[in-house]
Amino acid sequence: MKLTLKIWRQKSANDKGKIVDYKLDDVSPDMSFLEMLDVLNQELIDKDEEPIAFDHDCREGICGMCSMYINGRAHGPDRSITVCQLHMRSFSDGDTIYIEPWRASAFPVIKDLIVDRSAFDRIQQAGGFISVNTSGNTQDANAIPIAKESADTAMDAATCIGCGACVATCKNSSAMLFVGAKVSQYALLPQGQVEAADRVKNMVAQMDLEGFGNCTNTGACEVECPKGISLDTIARMNRELMKANI
Amino acid sequence: MKTLNSKIPEGPLADKWTNHKNKINLVNPANKRLIDVIIVGTGLAGGSAAATLAELGYNVKSFCFQDSPRRAHSIAAQGGINAAKNYQGDGDSTYRLFYDTVKGGDYRSRESNVHRLAEVSTNIIDQCVAQGVPFARDYGGLLDNRSFGGVLVSRTFYAKGQTGQQLLLGAYSAMNRQIGRGKIKMYSRHEMLDVVIVDGKARGIIARNLVTGEIERHSAHAVVLGTGGYGNAFYLSTYAMGSNVTAAWKAHKRGAFFANPCYTQIHPTCIPVSGDHQSKLTLMSESLRNDGRIWVPKNMDDVLAIREGKLKPTQIAEENRDYYLERRYPAFGNLVPRDVASRAAKERCDAGYGVNKTGEAVYLDFADAIKRYGKEQAHVKGLNEDDEALITTLGKEIVKAKYGNLFQMYEKIVDQNPYETPMMIYPAVHYTMGGIWVDYNLMTTVPGLYAIGEANFSDHGANRLGASALMQGLADGYFVLPYTIGDYLADDIRTGPISTETKEFEEAENLVKSSLDKLVNNNGTHSVDYFHKKLGKIMWNKCGMARNEKDLKEAISEIAALRAEFYKDVKVPGTANEYNEELAKAGRVADFLELGELFAKDALQREESAGGHFRDEYQTPEGEAMRRKEFQYVSAWEYKGEPKDAVLHKEELVYENIEVKERSYK
Amino acid sequence: MGGFFKSSIGRKVAMALSAFFLMFFLLQHLAINSLSVFSPDAFNEVSHFMGTNPLVQFVLQPVLIFAVVFHFVMGFILEIKNRKAVGVTYAKNNGSANSSWASRNMIYSGLVVLAFFVLHFIDFWIPELNVKYIQGDMSGLLEGTQDFRYFEELQHKFHSHIRTIAYVVSFILLGLHLAHGFTSAFQSMGGTAGRKTVLKNIGKAYSIIIPLGFIFIALYHHFKYVLS
Repeated sequence: MKLTLKIWRQKSANDKGKIVDYKLDDVSPDMSFLEMLDVLNQELIDKDEEPIAFDHDCREGICGMCSMYINGRAHGPDRSITVCQLHMRSFSDGDTIYIEPWRASAFPVIKDLIVDRSAFDRIQQAGGFISVNTSGNTQDANAIPIAKESADTAMDAATCIGCGACVATCKNSSAMLFVGAKVSQYALLPQGQVEAADRVKNMVAQMDLEGFGNCTNTGACEVECPKGISLDTIARMNRELMKANI
Repeated sequence: MKTLNSKIPEGPLADKWTNHKNKINLVNPANKRLIDVIIVGTGLAGGSAAATLAELGYNVKSFCFQDSPRRAHSIAAQGGINAAKNYQGDGDSTYRLFYDTVKGGDYRSRESNVHRLAEVSTNIIDQCVAQGVPFARDYGGLLDNRSFGGVLVSRTFYAKGQTGQQLLLGAYSAMNRQIGRGKIKMYSRHEMLDVVIVDGKARGIIARNLVTGEIERHSAHAVVLGTGGYGNAFYLSTYAMGSNVTAAWKAHKRGAFFANPCYTQIHPTCIPVSGDHQSKLTLMSESLRNDGRIWVPKNMDDVLAIREGKLKPTQIAEENRDYYLERRYPAFGNLVPRDVASRAAKERCDAGYGVNKTGEAVYLDFADAIKRYGKEQAHVKGLNEDDEALITTLGKEIVKAKYGNLFQMYEKIVDQNPYETPMMIYPAVHYTMGGIWVDYNLMTTVPGLYAIGEANFSDHGANRLGASALMQGLADGYFVLPYTIGDYLADDIRTGPISTETKEFEEAENLVKSSLDKLVNNNGTHSVDYFHKKLGKIMWNKCGMARNEKDLKEAISEIAALRAEFYKDVKVPGTANEYNEELAKAGRVADFLELGELFAKDALQREESAGGHFRDEYQTPEGEAMRRKEFQYVSAWEYKGEPKDAVLHKEELVYENIEVKERSYK
Repeated sequence: MGGFFKSSIGRKVAMALSAFFLMFFLLQHLAINSLSVFSPDAFNEVSHFMGTNPLVQFVLQPVLIFAVVFHFVMGFILEIKNRKAVGVTYAKNNGSANSSWASRNMIYSGLVVLAFFVLHFIDFWIPELNVKYIQGDMSGLLEGTQDFRYFEELQHKFHSHIRTIAYVVSFILLGLHLAHGFTSAFQSMGGTAGRKTVLKNIGKAYSIIIPLGFIFIALYHHFKYVLS
């Protein structure tokens, strides 16, 4: 396959940045998207040009590090996957592919395709936990039965990998799917009830402080989320916050 | 010369840990706030240790190279975590978990450590549930278990196929609480590049800010490494791209002995390599072996026809299939431990029965499971049990519920539907049992320097059982280190803050800077990956699933030569004062090039077969691993300049509570 | 509670609450207007009642005005905040792959509806206020007759082609606004039912029937005039 790549290049946070065109021949359909970029980087290094910086680590769709806006969509054209799981067979010979970093004021670009997602960490630090100290005397794990449905729904929410595709794809750069997923996980489990009110208030307050936008329920985040986190988590967060304020 | 003192407490095995906890020194709460601890790595071990030490009151500085502590590679563990809860009432106990782990490790692990691990395993599950980890539950609301390789009970707790992720997010949430309280200071996108030793004690680290390139000095009263394994020495592995040995290797160079580097786990169920561009291998959870049957064709004609695409695996009749694990190991069948399953796959492929183009793949087939579950469902629902189509549909639903996400992942990568045609799998490097030598307190041979989780060597011997890595990481971080570190830090309550303005810090910083400058100004002709791939090839071909004297000797000289070529000819673009991934990679590969040689040297020295270490020269007539009594020790290597000069220290392994016998899964 | 409405979610809830009120208003407005097709007398009666009843005039009408103004102002504030949250935009963005046009363009459909409101105020509401409260004529009668003026006025407005076209276009945009807004309001209030079949279908029906009804009435009066 021959491809034309239009890639966002930005030297540092303060640089303006621009789209630069690259041509790549001999792309195998069995390559993953990131392996295709590896090949491009290898060519750039051989030509004494600076390779493209992009975040990636586990390359199996679970660490949430990879983060690219490909042809106008977070994690590219396929559903329910991250960039590292996207394979070149999803593209055709002669395609032009745009590759851009996540765009959101709360996710400033560090370099090229790398953005700073530490806002997500700070939201979790504001309340994304259950206050239990480590001890060998915690009550037995089976002491509180949890209905299978609650446990499963909590698990569905907990599968969020924190990649930020929801923010990137949202026309408002809203982080509500991410925060909703975390709030939901704890709201669905008995262990999370004690701090439920403070948790949702603090997390939402931090989310607002970080400069994420408002949710307008377009549902784009749910479609682009590699883990299929449901919009229901946002509704649950809305309920939790209303409950916490009454 | 340093001698090894494992500091195993006196007394009967089952009481050692309790007695030890009762006797060791503690630091009182008011003094804990005067003490700083650096923890490198935020996986299950590092993350849980950071959270727990901060809860206790220590000032923790936590480091990770990823952009968030939540992304450490523990997150990729799929299958589950073992604990001797005996919720299934199938005869599990602390002793049985201990026994299975020692046996699974082919009698090459330390008895006292493993027993402690089994003891605290139950606490881990309690702790994680209290944190809100959504483990799988049955309809009664109680925790569910599944079975894993090498054991005869169901003791594995799981959260879909994302157990590692959920446990890590649990530890991460505990960390977040402490970061929010100011008790943990988090340094993400930072890479540790050296340990600083002051007066013989570990007192800090040199770290590079990966965003700005700045070299930073950080001091503490103790340094803990939870930096994972070194499987990326093989280039292709199931490790994350960034996983590296650098922190552990720098510690080794500063005096920490490196134990059993040759013990590497090659996981039997990974997606086979598809081509030269391959950057990483993907694991398919071991849990698949609960239902999948592994086979290759019996007849060479069928193998060739499959490779040429003339025959489909589903067209091969039952009698022409060789379910080689069931044939060789009737008692454990497809659920033999990983090392055994991997070697058996290699044996078949070496004999020419591999089923893909490269001849390096075997089938993992769910057709029988689909039929079995389908029949079961049809029976339960009172439907026609002879309706093939119905049974297939019902069976697929069950298989989908159990393994759906794994099947989807397979289909994405291979572009084949595993519900319709068997999966192709092949072994891949997955875990390293070897690591930094530690005593019972998890302290390395450098006072004040600790190693936890996969970074140390202690609990898995020569082979790790499935679902035991998560257990060990969390045991070390939540329940062992927080106690044992107090014993050492009790002497430091009057030390006061450690200054970074000392000659030791300056010397370490200069060393780091000069080695970075050297790499960046080398102006060679080949990229870092070029050397890494070459190293990987040597490691895989000569230090892989089966090793022999000749190969290992070649590997040693080839790796040394490659290292020399690397320093002469590597090309690192950019500068040291900016975000520069190539530079970070270069530093990591430089260390792999040293470790690789020590790895081969260790494998050469160990003239026996045990667990993941298989020497062609030492096998039984049936081709099984042949352990040798004279090698019943831990090989701990002391750094002496070049890997070839490393000096061997032996920690004899004593088994008082378990009979060392042939490890049989037949 | 005060802090609640300053939070992002609180604002969403406020938008939803005002939307619910406006959607109810639209429903009753359409119901009354449709009388103009079936029975001019009934239309006149009800219009007179609505125009002179103190509860409607001095309680519901101010609430309506507040809801309208609030919904628009908050809509603009949120739009501005959201644009700021986005910062740099994508060189290539394929929004249609994951969301409907209506959901992504509420601000534009809303703006058209706002423009229509202005027209509507100029056409009906301001003259109405003028007649009733400035000139003080609360009779509701056509000058010099014993007939109510409401039906006459309504018919008169639809004589113009341009106004009728503007009217139709505005209601199509209102339909799009409602197509997303109806279920969105439920979602904002914490309900997931908006995405489940029954309520989703009610939302669909509502966002088609309401604008279609208004459009029908406009065209009915327009063509009645053109063809007569």
